Amino acid sequence: MSTVKVTGKKNARSPRRIAVNVLVHILLGILAVIWVLPIFWIVLTSFRAESGAYTNTFLPQGYTLNNYIKLFTDRNVLNFPKMFTNTLIIAICCCILSTFFVLSVAYSLSRMRFKFRKPYMNLAMILGLFPGFMTMIAQYFILKAMGLTEGSAIRIGLIIVYSACTGLGFQIAKGYFDTIPRSIDEAAVIDGATQWQVFTRITMPLAKPIVIYTVMTSFIAPWVDFVFAKVICRANADQFTVAIGLWNMLQKEYIYQWYTCFAAGAVVISIPIAILFLYMQRFYVEGMSGAVKG
Amino acid sequence: MENRKINVKNALKYGDLYTRLSAAVMGLGMIGHKQIAKGIGVLVCEIAFIYYMINKGIHSLSMMPSLGTVEQGKVWNEAKQIYEYTTGDNSQQILLAGVVTLFVIAGIVALWILQMRHSYKLQKMIEEGEHVPTLKEDIRNLFDKNLHITLMTLPCVGILIFNIVPLVYMISMAFTTYSKEGDHLMLFDWDGINQFVRVLNLNGNIGRQFWHVLGWTIVWAIFATFLNYILGMILAMIINRKDTKGKAFWRFCFVLSIAVPQFVTLMIMNIMLQPSGAINVLLKELGLITTSLPFWSNKIWARITIIVINLWIGIPYTMLQVTGILQNIPGELYEAAKMDGAGPVKIFFRITLPYMLFVTTPYLIASFVGNINNFSVIYLLSGGGPTYVGDTAGQTDLLVTWLYKLTVDQQYYNIGAVIGIMTFVILTIVTLVTYRNSSSYKNEEAFM
Repeated sequence: MSTVKVTGKKNARSPRRIAVNVLVHILLGILAVIWVLPIFWIVLTSFRAESGAYTNTFLPQGYTLNNYIKLFTDRNVLNFPKMFTNTLIIAICCCILSTFFVLSVAYSLSRMRFKFRKPYMNLAMILGLFPGFMTMIAQYFILKAMGLTEGSAIRIGLIIVYSACTGLGFQIAKGYFDTIPRSIDEAAVIDGATQWQVFTRITMPLAKPIVIYTVMTSFIAPWVDFVFAKVICRANADQFTVAIGLWNMLQKEYIYQWYTCFAAGAVVISIPIAILFLYMQRFYVEGMSGAVKG
Repeated sequence: MENRKINVKNALKYGDLYTRLSAAVMGLGMIGHKQIAKGIGVLVCEIAFIYYMINKGIHSLSMMPSLGTVEQGKVWNEAKQIYEYTTGDNSQQILLAGVVTLFVIAGIVALWILQMRHSYKLQKMIEEGEHVPTLKEDIRNLFDKNLHITLMTLPCVGILIFNIVPLVYMISMAFTTYSKEGDHLMLFDWDGINQFVRVLNLNGNIGRQFWHVLGWTIVWAIFATFLNYILGMILAMIINRKDTKGKAFWRFCFVLSIAVPQFVTLMIMNIMLQPSGAINVLLKELGLITTSLPFWSNKIWARITIIVINLWIGIPYTMLQVTGILQNIPGELYEAAKMDGAGPVKIFFRITLPYMLFVTTPYLIASFVGNINNFSVIYLLSGGGPTYVGDTAGQTDLLVTWLYKLTVDQQYYNIGAVIGIMTFVILTIVTLVTYRNSSSYKNEEAFM
């Protein structure tokens, strides 16, 4: 044993090994700079004093907080605070509905056995192969027929669009449920628990990571979608979500005035989402490896 | 007692009066067999259905073959000095109402079959002296052994109304003349498979663009999927090397870029790579170039830029996903290979890659499908451009972004629908072929 250890240490100190290690760290350093640079740049831009979209220097010449102040106080052209509350309301409703849908479907498919089970899973796979945008226009027409494309009803329309079909995205949650031993459920059933009690009192607490993951992903969805929101809001500026607002700031008519505010808005939105994401990435990894194994 | 199967045929043949009558008056079989509340519920559904059909349904169905004939008229109003529009038929609404009616009919047929079977089952239970579940027991069962019905009903209704109905509606549009071309936005007709012929015909303008876009879509999906996969895996392996210091820090740097919402980073990239954007400015400051690089205006540049930026986005994702799986590779495999004197490159191609391919084939298929449908990367980065004069599709457009442009911007709904169907067909073929040929399908035994 000891001889193996010694040779191992010798190897680690050998010039070739050191050279490889140094090279690897330099490579990682360069890659890390490439990956972090755009984010660093947008943060700097959000504090940039010079207005306009393009400047002649890579780094800003002066720094200011005005971009953030303008973003939250200028309500005439692009009403960012209003967009923020719109998105928050939609995100909260969407989060509740989608979490319920995803977990319900995932639990049923993982734990219950019924005739419709296999057909449902096949159907979900087939529906997943259609491009999502194909249904978008038709969804708009259906919402229009329901009267959900005018005024503040747009919000309800958006909530429906974001959460109605989430029952198809059960795979990660189901993969996680599959890894919870069934013997736990069976023991509870023998003790007289109903399936509902098993679902709410046993599986949910055991599957906490995936519950948190589902809550967060469904909360984030309305913040980062701009396509569906754009199609459904059309020109109703007071119903815009944050994503459309940011997208608009980069359009020809606004970009000169609003470019640095866009950077500020991007930073404001990204910080909470980044924190949520960094927090839930381990659940994501667990869910992935669980789903793949199952 | 003979043991007959519970199906509609037997229900009609051997059912008692109540069961047979429920073929006309739905729910009667339940009312007559001690399940009054349920029976009334079914009966209400039937009455609502008849009411709907008389009020709207029959009219909607009768309009389906013609999709409306009355054109929107323009009448000069002398008193007000303006043109007044008379309401004509709106084919798009007629088609939607027709599709919805067809779904309602399918629903009532399904309910009819279910209630026939159920009536017969109840009848048999009573004949055999079994206990018929009361309403209270039924409700209790909905939270116990029938919990899936309680849990799945709402999600299924959502999927039906906001995914399946729109899909059928959109597919039916592919067979019409619904398009801005020839002014068919208000009033359009059935058109058979003419639009499919147009899209597939290499000699036509649309057909030429279709094959062009399809080619690029496949090239893009292959590059985006496999480059991300292999490079992401290598990155994960470099970070997880025994001798790498500060693993958590490196991982954080890369994960940070995907923690920021994708649409934000993509828009930033688009701005940074503009002719007078930050990258060109930086390169000029460094004295490397004198004229701006044509990141978005040149076809080849745009395509390469998109693939490279997609690497920037995708590599951290792959790294995150494969890290756990990489650590599952049995250590003995590596040790044995090292004993035999295999170098790191050989080990990667002979052990790591085959193992990973075996385990992650479903993931690879999913990511290939995701890349073919990768809307936001293309739309936000290049917007599909550069676009040649006379084309609706740009040189970097994928089928999905072209579909979006055709429907939302151009209002060529029928062609958009055809493109959507073609995308589906291609994805189905790719998925089936790769899945059938994957080792995890052929050989479900463990990897060895």
